Amino acid sequence: MTKSELIDAVAQRTRITKSRAEQVVNCVFEAMTSSLERGEGIEIRGFGSFTVRHYKAYNGRNPRTGKPVPVPEKRLPFFKVGKELKELVNEPLQRGTDGAAGSSGAGSDD
Amino acid sequence: MTKAEIIDAVYEKVGGFSKKEAAEIVEAVFDTMKEVLADGEKIKISGFGNFVVRQKKERIGRNPQTGAPIPISARRVLTFKPSQVLKGILNPHKEQLKAAAAKEAGLLPEGEAAGAADASAGGTNEDDATP
Repeated sequence: MTKSELIDAVAQRTRITKSRAEQVVNCVFEAMTSSLERGEGIEIRGFGSFTVRHYKAYNGRNPRTGKPVPVPEKRLPFFKVGKELKELVNEPLQRGTDGAAGSSGAGSDD
Repeated sequence: MTKAEIIDAVYEKVGGFSKKEAAEIVEAVFDTMKEVLADGEKIKISGFGNFVVRQKKERIGRNPQTGAPIPISARRVLTFKPSQVLKGILNPHKEQLKAAAAKEAGLLPEGEAAGAADASAGGTNEDDATP
């Protein structure tokens, strides 16, 4: 699914026009982007959370030439899947395709 | 930032919705994404990143305390790969840092360093990045 397909789906689901849905979807990701830009994490219950991770500079290598390349310090967004979504994504494997939304077997990992 | 703050942003910046409507629409955005990902489909948000469902095979893990082997069942996991645009926003001074790092390491003269930086920035897209 692309962003424009997400916009279409949201428009249909909430019965608003595509252009309104587009404004909303764009606003959502802009708000999330600016939060990360400020170094602030994002927590969406049931979906997951984003945090900003700081990486120190290190010396890497160009894998093609083997030449050492200094890699400067950087910040990267890191996404941790929420419990609910984690289970949803794994559901077809764990419980077949019947889509039973049970709460069994939760919290077995980590 | 929480979902409530995202709803506030939609309410204030998009306008024309009540708070309740803004909440319902933002909820619909995340619910739609959840359903699509639950179906195993990936989501590509240009300028932000891709959410990809990956199939993991069964493998043998270990209890780090005892070293005892434990089977880890096959599973589907969700990964997020940030777009180059988002990475760029989080690292606005990348080029300066790169040049400074190169200088400090004494590896490349400045002109060549800039060229190498461009080449690697273009080459680290899609497939050859983090597995």
